[in-house]
Amino acid sequence: MKKTSTRNHLLIHILLIAGIAVTVFPFLWMVFTSFKTLPESMQIPPSILPEHWQFDSYKYVLEILPFGKVYINTIVVTIITVLVQVAFCTMAAYGFARIDFPFKNAIFMILLSILMVPGQIFLIPQYLIIQNLGLINTLPGLFLPNLFSAFGTFLLRQFFMSLPKELEEAALLDGCNRFQIFGKIMLPLVQPGIVALVIFTAKFAWNDFMWPLIVNTDPAKMTLAPALSTLKGQYATNYPAQMAGAVMAVIPMIVLFFIFQKQFIEGVAQSGIKG
Amino acid sequence: MGEGKKKVRRKASRREKKDWVAGYVFIAPVTIGLLIFYVFPFIQNFWFSFNDVNKFNMATFCGISNYQRLFQEPDLMLAMKNTLLYAVVTVPIGLALSLLVASLLNSKIKGTSFYRTIYFLPSVTMSVAVALVWKLIFHGDFGILNTVLGIFGIEGQSWLTNPHTALFCVMIVAIWGSVGYNMIILLAGMQGISRSYYEAAAIDGAGPVKQFFKITIPLLSPTIFFVMITGLIGAFQVFDSIYMMVDPVTNPAFNKVKTMNVLFYQNAFMYGEKGYAAAISIFMFAVIMIITVIQLVGQKKWVNYD
Repeated sequence: MKKTSTRNHLLIHILLIAGIAVTVFPFLWMVFTSFKTLPESMQIPPSILPEHWQFDSYKYVLEILPFGKVYINTIVVTIITVLVQVAFCTMAAYGFARIDFPFKNAIFMILLSILMVPGQIFLIPQYLIIQNLGLINTLPGLFLPNLFSAFGTFLLRQFFMSLPKELEEAALLDGCNRFQIFGKIMLPLVQPGIVALVIFTAKFAWNDFMWPLIVNTDPAKMTLAPALSTLKGQYATNYPAQMAGAVMAVIPMIVLFFIFQKQFIEGVAQSGIKG
Repeated sequence: MGEGKKKVRRKASRREKKDWVAGYVFIAPVTIGLLIFYVFPFIQNFWFSFNDVNKFNMATFCGISNYQRLFQEPDLMLAMKNTLLYAVVTVPIGLALSLLVASLLNSKIKGTSFYRTIYFLPSVTMSVAVALVWKLIFHGDFGILNTVLGIFGIEGQSWLTNPHTALFCVMIVAIWGSVGYNMIILLAGMQGISRSYYEAAAIDGAGPVKQFFKITIPLLSPTIFFVMITGLIGAFQVFDSIYMMVDPVTNPAFNKVKTMNVLFYQNAFMYGEKGYAAAISIFMFAVIMIITVIQLVGQKKWVNYD
């Protein structure tokens, strides 16, 4: 009995490691290629590790793209989107979950129906709003529609709903108003939900491609994803440069992920359970 | 006594009204923002689909001519076929692999958190960066895939410029990118299943495979359904990877691998055909609705919520 279970475990580990190899290989390839010279990257058959590790492609990408600006743009857009969206969603989620007021369910159903509509439906009118506001090729144009999220409101509402009613009834009798209850009692209790939403939103804002591609064409006003996509056009055959750009674009999210991996994974797991 | 009661009730109702105001204050930012950026655009987009929208965004009513044009669009069948093929391949295979990895991780082995972390890595990575590296891996001349295939005596080819293989390459990348994410959701569901079911089944002599199909799958069916629905909706919106891996300008295969969302993007933001593009998006919405309704009806047969 003991023996078969050890053998089974070994088999499971072998299968999982095979999966890991497939999962990790593109990342390794990205890093290896970014350190190769241009001729070495086009060598047939390809070398696995670079002959001489060299940083030239990184320098080159920093020259051909306003990478510093693009980086700052992406950081600014991500931080604003996360802070504002999460604050608004938390407030609304509390309102919908814990307070009774006229037309609450009707309003909530209208907002919830947004979740069932594919995103393309909104794109043309959103683009026109941004254009009419004169925000094409600006940072607010990038984040404005994403400050409001039906998904985030719905997700956090589930967290608020799971808290016992007595908590705030006692506080209301003690003379606390709704805003005090929200800030002092409820917020700390839905912290896991807030963390999950922060992660979802940050990941989305950092990696989003289609919307920035549509609203911003000025290289100095782009975020990382569309900026990276311009490399494949003009520098189509310079793979080390593309890979260097890719490495620089993905590193912040990967570092964040390794620091907050527990929260990332629990957040995703929660979205399946609560959703 | 009666007086006092009345007073309390009036007080309560005043409190209620105060509560109403508080409620509206709490929901106001999200509600107003969503109305402006989502609810109103939804209506406007629907209206646009019956209009000719010119370059200066002036809309002229044109009846159903956008829809008539859509149904004569030579690319519509192709884009529908590609989108459905993409969904039908990536969703079930992705789900099967996610289930496999989740159940392997659900066994009592060491190092599960290490495995979870690594498997999750693709889902935090920018799709544009992912597409760039896979494009290099699939490269016809100096791609590593062809080198590896060569070792096994398989003749390589230019996978991404061949219209018959390009879409499958994109699908492989999509599956690679989604397994870890879905695995986490499924694993959380599996961990919610009581061990006692498995212990009872083991006493009755059911092996791990039988346990998987008789216990795990039925008890996990709501989660599986959730992963399927979100996967299908995502599959209908595929854009980044196609746009990045199969270049619209330089790659001749592009016209053969167009999906619905690519068709929408081209018309809306490259050709300036906003009214027509609005009709495409409404059509996509209708197709997704139909598929979701079919799924919702079909789920009664296999999803159990107890």
